[in-house]
Amino acid sequence: MPLHYGSQIDEHHRVRETAGVFDVSHMTIVDVSGAHSRNYLRCLLANDIAKLSDAGMGLYSCMLNDKGGIVDDLIAYRQTENEYRLVVNAATRVADLAWMESVATDFDVALREREELMMLAVQGPEACASVAPLLSGDAGAAALQLASFASIEIGQQFIARTGYTGEDGWEIILPVDQGLRLWDDILAAGISPCGLGARDTLRLEAGLSLYGQDMNEKTSPLVSGLGWTVAWESGERNFVGRPALETERERPDREKLVGLILQDRGIMRHGQRVITEAGDGIITSGGFSPTIQRSIALARVPGRATGACRVEIRNAERRANIVRPPFVRNGRILVEVT
Amino acid sequence: MSEVPENLRYSTDHDWVRLEDDGSVVIGITDHAQEALGELVYVEVPEAGQSFQRGDACAVVESVKAASDVNAPVSGELAAINPALEENPDLVNQDPYDEGWLIRLNPSSPAELDDLLDADAYNRLLAEAD
Repeated sequence: MPLHYGSQIDEHHRVRETAGVFDVSHMTIVDVSGAHSRNYLRCLLANDIAKLSDAGMGLYSCMLNDKGGIVDDLIAYRQTENEYRLVVNAATRVADLAWMESVATDFDVALREREELMMLAVQGPEACASVAPLLSGDAGAAALQLASFASIEIGQQFIARTGYTGEDGWEIILPVDQGLRLWDDILAAGISPCGLGARDTLRLEAGLSLYGQDMNEKTSPLVSGLGWTVAWESGERNFVGRPALETERERPDREKLVGLILQDRGIMRHGQRVITEAGDGIITSGGFSPTIQRSIALARVPGRATGACRVEIRNAERRANIVRPPFVRNGRILVEVT
Repeated sequence: MSEVPENLRYSTDHDWVRLEDDGSVVIGITDHAQEALGELVYVEVPEAGQSFQRGDACAVVESVKAASDVNAPVSGELAAINPALEENPDLVNQDPYDEGWLIRLNPSSPAELDDLLDADAYNRLLAEAD
């Protein structure tokens, strides 16, 4: 996927206002099967796939190491009783597969990477309605009925109501020959191709964390804005990283991931220092928000930090406010812009 | 192929310089530079009254991708900034050699202008970088 197909900012607005399509075939798809699939994933993932009561349901989760750090974030879909599909990040592919295999040694499961499949994300308020007629057979009509995070498999098309933009849409996994044809059909229907640049500004506005930037193997979900994805209930479920997370949960000075909106002019960027009354923090992702027309950021700051703060941008301190992400969802600005 | 007007002078940092009739110089970034930076979302220009030595950072251009200093191609005192860039930083992308100008300086060492590249030399620099 290129950074853009002409204008990153135009692509961003199209997804917020109508629809856009991303070729996200770089994402890694791993199918888990075997008699122990369910117990394996209940051990491997910090969220609990026991919540997936029906076939097709999906769940966002972190996969932790023994220290409670995040190996990767992913979406797990239940396909049948003993079959699950995981979609993990591309940049972490090798480490993920090695980690998943090492945890799998205690279980009767098989892991199969599906490199032969393509993945397209159609996103935006008009995306589903525009793309439904382009899917083969009855898939479009069925996919329009999907709830958020649910998926359906029809023929060789796997369609999930998920995405990384804060807009409605689908992520579609299918064989390459069908995928290339669908890509052409989507463009022919007038939907714009969108690149990595727009994908990043859209996910930042939506307050969605990016692996390697807002979280990594040294940060836990609790300090990465992802505490809500850790399923603590059912205390007997001893998922990888749980003891370390329980210790961290008790730490009173734990950091937190927050949103920042810049009051002064300038652009916040990854790595810049955040100065708050409770101590210093750091920008994990920053940039220009095309929807808000201001700079926004995600930052890891001291747990008690709140309200006004300052960001050190190129040797000057600029005023910013701590806000609760998301900044934008479904085309609407959700934070106060003063 | 990026545009390189014949009537301008260029720095090796991809700035252009236009000598005005009153002896001042107008400074901007080249078509090649704006293309490499990507869509601009913020331009920071200096405050009135500031002076710069050749090579000093005299403006900052920030694109969707990254921030870059613009280094003064000649020494001088700030005479004007382009006020349109506050609302429309993308003028630098759309019209880098005219409406997207950054600042105007009164040169303190006009002889430095002779050290700048002409269009032919700048075209050669771009060709070598490819």
